[in-house]
Amino acid sequence: MAKPPEEEHPIKAFGWAARDTSGHLSPFNISRRASGEEDVRFKVLYCGICHSDLHSIKNEWGFSKYPLVPGHEIVGEVTEVGSKVEKVKVGDKVGVGCMVGACHNCDSCANDLENYCPKLILTYNGIYYDGTMTYGGYSDSMVANQRYIVRIPDGFPLDSAAPLLCAGITVYSPLKYFGLGEHGKHIAIVGLGGLGHVAVKFAKAMGCKVTVISTSPNKKAEAFEHLGADSFLVSRDQAELQAAMGTFDGIIDTVSAGHPIMPLLGLLKSHGKLIMVGAPSEPLEIPVFSLLIGRKTVAGSGIGGMKETQEMIDFAAKHNIKADIEVIPMDYVNKAMERLEKADVRYRFVIDIGNTLAATKP
Amino acid sequence: MRNLVQQSPMVLVLAFKRRLGMMFGTVGNCDVWNCWMRACYISRHSPSGFCTLEITAKVKEGNVEISRGREATKGFWLAATDKSGTLTPFNFSRRETGDEDVTLKILYCGVCHSDLHVLKNELGVTSYPVVPGHEIAGVATKVGKNVTKFKVGDRVGVGVLVGSCKTCECCQQDLENYCPQITFTYNSLNPDGTKTYGGYSDMIVVDQRYVLQFPHNLPLDAGAPLLCAGITVYSPMKYYGMTKAGKHLGVAGLGGLGHVAVKIAKAFGLKVTVISSSPQKESEAINRLGADSFLVSSDPAKMKSAIGSMDYIIDTVSAAHPLLPLLSLLKVNGKLVTVGLPNKPLELPVFPLVFGRKLVGGSDVGGMKETQEMLDFCAKHDIAADIELIRIDEINTAMERLAKSDVRYRFVIDVANSLSQ
Repeated sequence: MAKPPEEEHPIKAFGWAARDTSGHLSPFNISRRASGEEDVRFKVLYCGICHSDLHSIKNEWGFSKYPLVPGHEIVGEVTEVGSKVEKVKVGDKVGVGCMVGACHNCDSCANDLENYCPKLILTYNGIYYDGTMTYGGYSDSMVANQRYIVRIPDGFPLDSAAPLLCAGITVYSPLKYFGLGEHGKHIAIVGLGGLGHVAVKFAKAMGCKVTVISTSPNKKAEAFEHLGADSFLVSRDQAELQAAMGTFDGIIDTVSAGHPIMPLLGLLKSHGKLIMVGAPSEPLEIPVFSLLIGRKTVAGSGIGGMKETQEMIDFAAKHNIKADIEVIPMDYVNKAMERLEKADVRYRFVIDIGNTLAATKP
Repeated sequence: MRNLVQQSPMVLVLAFKRRLGMMFGTVGNCDVWNCWMRACYISRHSPSGFCTLEITAKVKEGNVEISRGREATKGFWLAATDKSGTLTPFNFSRRETGDEDVTLKILYCGVCHSDLHVLKNELGVTSYPVVPGHEIAGVATKVGKNVTKFKVGDRVGVGVLVGSCKTCECCQQDLENYCPQITFTYNSLNPDGTKTYGGYSDMIVVDQRYVLQFPHNLPLDAGAPLLCAGITVYSPMKYYGMTKAGKHLGVAGLGGLGHVAVKIAKAFGLKVTVISSSPQKESEAINRLGADSFLVSSDPAKMKSAIGSMDYIIDTVSAAHPLLPLLSLLKVNGKLVTVGLPNKPLELPVFPLVFGRKLVGGSDVGGMKETQEMLDFCAKHDIAADIELIRIDEINTAMERLAKSDVRYRFVIDVANSLSQ
């Protein structure tokens, strides 16, 4: 008979978990493995709330295993390192993103693309090499193989660094891979939420001209004044869309709800690229003619490998790119999830684990 | 108007109908409703006894100017006048050979599936009468005084386009096929507002920029289909980086495009799998075309065993079909390029794209420089299309067979020999 989570491993830990598809989170005892020679253990200080956490706690993707401790935008301070760890030392500030393991044997792993490994182990709701469930960062401690540890540069505020570990790499990776993050390119970012706002900042730092495309006209001032966007299109305004036809080198689409992409294809110049980083569960309707006339492409991208995630954090620190966050105490998390569902956050909730989790122990 | 009235009572009727606002179809992007007269007509009752088609209209937005056609060389072509798509012969005239022009005597013209789509107005863009044909091979009979690339007697070809703006970024990068002001070989508008008529004809006059040189060892008849089918598959292979020897390419659909894709891909040193719903094509694909393997797309077990095995796929299928099974065949970072033209949108599931960084791209023929490069490549590697030669009077039967994919793999009209009989 399987052991309960708090007895699976020798090191006691505490977090919040969802027990069922209601997604309601509450205190939960777990345990962490003893540190292996390649492992880094750290005290969690902050954890970002990603929209994926919301999808997972409600089993909207159909593969959640309960009890589920979410959180894959985790930062903290190293408390212990294994004997073969050279990357970091005790006291260093580190982070863990969406993954904690992979096969290390396949083409993807060999190319620093662990995120595309078919045996990828997710930070939460995954099965580790030893067959036990993985539990995420809504908890007081984490242990991870050094390969999956990201160093947070000195002086970079930890709370606003946390969301970059998922949202940041999710938009940084395609900007680089698809050649969109280059000086002078005209890029549109569709959706101004957790992913979108970070995408604007990265694209501006890469020298792009950036247009935000949103259904919400009230985000316009914010986009210009705070995020530095060069222009703003209201996606329901046909005249605005028409005027912008054929003007974009690339579009990063962060919207996870189903939506028509034909208007977006029309906005692309010839040879333009539409990159999906949101993952609508319904298929899109794609008029093939729109791709042919103009040799356009539609592609997807999912987070990034560990090497690129480190590169992204270093780039963010160098260009002073931080997520815009609302720091919350642990016991606000269910309320935060309700607000997140209505996109009522500017632009990421970050749980102050270090200061508020312990107080919630029963 | 007066000139046309003098020519045929039929014109009067047509003009009158136009005045009443009856629609005869659109001409390119010009809304006929905005024209007070359309002066492009067909009369079966002209005094000469031949059917005469004279292009005299300059169609401009909101207005129509009538002028005499620039009659020069009389010729012959097959035209369809309605969406039945039935082709019938007409005599006609093409423009004089200008300074930049090459006049071709057409010897062969390939029958492309696009011709069928346009004949029947399946894409909703046909302006009748329409003369299809954009896989044209023949001999230069006259060249304008500024023409340096060709001389009389050269073996030449014309593909899918006969004009572009020549000044935009695309044109400057030898990508005339993506020019927003492209002029297609047929069913398109020249800059002067006159319509273009294609290669189901005995002659054509084309600006030298859009004429191709046939390498000496490339046969005109089997080489003609390369001018559309060949470049349609060659261009995306180059652009999307699908030419690395040893990589695995899937070719979905084994018809006019697919069979040429297999040959070109093998010449690049790729491992090639044909993906087809027709199991009976397997022997052909492997033994004659040289494919390495064959996957029956309607066999779930076979498709499952091939999951994540291909670096690239060229999708030549023009019927509506699901993309998810094809996307599943791709490895991480795999590329699916679609070159067929389904008339309905396809469903694109996003999860496989995101979780494998996969890409779906389009491609549409190629620029003139690349088309020449493709012809030279095919000549070097002894690649030509597999064709069935037909006479002009067999064209309508061929179209019926093409609609049922009953051809291995391209009909080619033997123009010169048909006319001489």
